[in-house]
Amino acid sequence: MNSTAIFINIFSLFVLLVVFFKDRQKTKQALKVAVQSFFNILPTVLIIIVLIGLMLTFVSSSEISTIIGEQSGLRGVLIVALFGSVMHIPALLAFPLAASVLENGASIVAVAVFITTLTMIGLLTLPLEIKELGKKMALLRNGLSFVFAVIIALIMGSIL
Amino acid sequence: MKSEARKKQNKTFIRDIIILLISLSVAVVLISFFPQKRPRFMEVSWNFLIEMIAILPAVMILMGLFVVFVPKDEIVKHLGKTSGLKGVSLALFFGALPTGPLYVAFPLAGMLIKKGARISNIIIFLSAWACIKIPQEMMELQFLGFKFMAARLVLTIIFVIIMGRISEALMEWTEKRT
Repeated sequence: MNSTAIFINIFSLFVLLVVFFKDRQKTKQALKVAVQSFFNILPTVLIIIVLIGLMLTFVSSSEISTIIGEQSGLRGVLIVALFGSVMHIPALLAFPLAASVLENGASIVAVAVFITTLTMIGLLTLPLEIKELGKKMALLRNGLSFVFAVIIALIMGSIL
Repeated sequence: MKSEARKKQNKTFIRDIIILLISLSVAVVLISFFPQKRPRFMEVSWNFLIEMIAILPAVMILMGLFVVFVPKDEIVKHLGKTSGLKGVSLALFFGALPTGPLYVAFPLAGMLIKKGARISNIIIFLSAWACIKIPQEMMELQFLGFKFMAARLVLTIIFVIIMGRISEALMEWTEKRT
């Protein structure tokens, strides 16, 4: 276990203890929700792990780097951004995926744009968003998110 | 209503299991064709599994706590009437609390529109909800490191606020024209 994981576990445990003494009944209910969502997300976690394993075993770093590395340029970034907008995986699981490609040749810009578009833009949930916010606001939000995701990623690439 | 949500959840669970079985069989077939790749595959997958298991239960507990302890109507009540710097900070704060995926936030945003909250704050709230949730930042810290996490967090906050203002201006501009 690295220090980050230890820190996060201690933090969660601390919050858990604090609320436990405030309201036991609600804390129990919260733990129930936690266990349920853990098992709900578990299959997807395993899928991602198998896919990461396969990708890093059968796709070489140089291949990853030509598609989404530094030399892939703005076109590569836009392709990754489109990919992130269309894909629908839990945001929590985007991070191990991003880390695995980052260690193996992907550029910071590509990884940052992937995470931001994946979380901010949802084509699958767009109908629901239109229903609740109206067509104009929903399309505006998704469109602007795409533009700003690219801008954020490009800045990250230049400062990191 | 509740049983329907559960039914849908069971359906996605079964779908996920099927996809898992397919990807496992693909892995087994590929590895048996290229047995020399087996150690690398096992090592990579095992390392990621350990890293996930080290952090996932803690993240889930934190999310569960917030779902139960922060009632959704409370969010609407507070965001509906505040404006200015306080409104912006509240929108960022409530968005960042770990209370479910983005599609849970759309009905809340819908309610906020009806209550007459500022468009820019609603956009900030939705973007923060999508992009700077506390559990996500924890995963980002674990897998991508502090520098990456902090840089993306700061940039996202800045641009999300700008985006809120632009959206509001555009919405008002198009309304005036029609």
